[in-house]
Amino acid sequence: MTPPVEELTGVTAIDPGIDDLIANSARNRQNPPSKDQTMIINMGPQHPSTHGVLRLVIEVDGETIVGLAPDIGYLHTGIEKTCEAKFYQQVVPMTDRIDYLCPMTNNLAYCLAVEKLLGLEIPERAQYLRVLFNELTRIQSHLVWLGTHAMDIGALTVFLYCFREREDLLRIFEAVAGQRMMTSYVRVGGLSLEPPRDIYDKIRTFLKNFPAHVEEYEGLLQTNPIWMNRLKGVGYLSAADAIALGVTGPPLRASGVDFDVRRDMPYSGYEKFQFNVPVSDVGDVWARYIVRMQEFRESVKICLQALDGLPEGHIVADAPKIILPNREQMKTQMESLIHHFKIVTEGFGVPAGEATSSVEAPHGMMNYYVVSDGTAKPYRVHMRNPGFATLQALETMCKGRLLADVVAVIGSIDIVLGEIDR
Amino acid sequence: MYDPASAIKGKQAVFEAHPENAAVKALADLATDAKFDRAELTITVARENIVAAAKAVQQAGYNFLEDVTAVDWYPTEPRFQISYSILSHKLKERVRLVVRLDGEDAALDSITSVWPSANFYEREVFDLFGVHFGGHPNLRRIMMPEDWKGHPLRKDYPVEGYR
Repeated sequence: MTPPVEELTGVTAIDPGIDDLIANSARNRQNPPSKDQTMIINMGPQHPSTHGVLRLVIEVDGETIVGLAPDIGYLHTGIEKTCEAKFYQQVVPMTDRIDYLCPMTNNLAYCLAVEKLLGLEIPERAQYLRVLFNELTRIQSHLVWLGTHAMDIGALTVFLYCFREREDLLRIFEAVAGQRMMTSYVRVGGLSLEPPRDIYDKIRTFLKNFPAHVEEYEGLLQTNPIWMNRLKGVGYLSAADAIALGVTGPPLRASGVDFDVRRDMPYSGYEKFQFNVPVSDVGDVWARYIVRMQEFRESVKICLQALDGLPEGHIVADAPKIILPNREQMKTQMESLIHHFKIVTEGFGVPAGEATSSVEAPHGMMNYYVVSDGTAKPYRVHMRNPGFATLQALETMCKGRLLADVVAVIGSIDIVLGEIDR
Repeated sequence: MYDPASAIKGKQAVFEAHPENAAVKALADLATDAKFDRAELTITVARENIVAAAKAVQQAGYNFLEDVTAVDWYPTEPRFQISYSILSHKLKERVRLVVRLDGEDAALDSITSVWPSANFYEREVFDLFGVHFGGHPNLRRIMMPEDWKGHPLRKDYPVEGYR
C-alpha cells in the first residue's frame, strides 16, 4: 500500500544507510511467512539508468519500495585533495571533470571564488560571454538529461534528437575553447581566448532553430500517454522536504520554492538580463520535466540578450601578475615575458582568507568554497555539488512507489555521479 | 584588488557594523568571534553550542543548509575548522557558522536534528577528515571504501605515493 505523502516529513526521512536497511529487513524475514515479508534488491553500480556508477540498495515489499539507501563513492578520485597540490590556475582543468555535463559552470564557480579572494574586477565583455556560454552549457546539459531520461523510460527516439542538437553545441564549444567537453574556457580573471569572429552567427543560427526543436521534443513526449503515465504523480517531494533535504535547482523549483541563484543572488552580471524562473508546485517527476523544458526557452532568451548586448572591450581583467599575457605581448615586451615566466613557474599569490561562490548550475546550486593561506596554491577547495544533496531526497521520493518508478525519479533529479563522488 | 584593511574582524566590530543583520541578531549570545570579509559574514560559535546556533539562525530565516565542510589547519591548534554554509531563501543572504576543534578531540554534535540534509555532508567530513559527529544517525564512510585506513583530506595525509 502506498503510505500517504504527509507522513514523510523531513525529519523521519533521513537515509537509513545500507546496513540498517539490511538489518531491518532480516528482522522482517524472521517473522513467520506473512504479507510483511520484504526483500532486498541491489541496483547498480553497473546499471544503465543510474547515469554512472550509483548503487542503490532497495527494500521491496512485492513491487512497492519500503526503504532505499544510495551507496556512492565509486567515482571518488580525490579532486579536492589534488587541488591543494596545484597552483590556482592549474585547478581550472580539474573543475571540468567534476560535472562533465556542465564544465563551463564549474569553471565559472571556481573562478568566481578565486576572483572574490583576489578582489578582481572582470570586464563586462567577459561577463557577458560567461553568461552566454553558461546558458549554452545549461541547454547542453538539459539535452543530455532529456535524452537519457526519456530513454530510461523507454522513449528511445528522443535521445537521438537531443544528441543531434547537443552535437551543434559541442561544435560551438570546440570552436571557442578548442575542446568539446573539457573546455577550461573560463579562467581566473576572465576567459582563455577571444571567440572566433564567425561564432556569433553560428550561435544565432542555433538559437533561432532551437525553440522549434524544443517543440519537437514536446511533440514526441507530451502527447504520449505512456510518458505521461510514467511521470505524473510519481516521485512527489513537498517543498518542506525539499528544503530539509538540501534539494536545489529544478527539483526545488518543481516543488514550489521560487529560488534561483541567477535572479536572487546575481553573479557575473545576471542582474542585467531579463528572464523568468519557471516554478511549479506539483512536486512530481512531471513538474520537474515541465520546469526544465521551460528553462530551455529561458536560456535561449538569455543567450539572445547576451549576444545583442555584448559590449566591446577586453576579455581579461587588467592584472598582469595574475593573468597570462597574450603571445604577441609576450614576444615583444620584456615585462610581459617576465610575468609569463613567473605565473607559469611560481603561480600567483592570493591574499589569505576564505570565499564562497554560488552559481545556478543546470542541476542546481553549485558552490565553491576556497580557502587561501596567502601562497600560490589553494589551502582548501571544496565543491558543494547539487547532486550530492539531492540524492538524499531519493528515498523520500521513491518510498511507497513501485520499483520501476525509481528509474523515472533518478532521471528526473538529473544526477551526474562525477559531481557527487568528486 | 582586495584590500585586507576592508575586512572587519572581531565580534564587537562586526556586530556594531551590521546590527540589522538577522544572523547577527540571532547569535548575539552564542557568537564567540565574527568576521565580515569580502562581503561574507562568518560567525564562530563554541563547539557545544552548534546545535543551538543552528536552531537560532534557522528561526531567524536562514532556512536552507547548503554545505558542511572542514578545513585542516595542521599543525596549528585548534586544528579543525568546521564551516557550515547556511542560506536564507527569503533574505537572499548566507551566513557561515564556524566551529574550531582540537586535533586531539575532534568531535562535535550533529545538526541532523535541525537539517536532515546535514546527513551526507557530515558523513563526508567524517570520512575525509575523521571528525566525529555525535548523534548522527548513520556515521559511516561515504566516499572511501569501508575498510580504508586514514582520512585523506587531513594535511598530514600525503597527496601522492604510498601511505
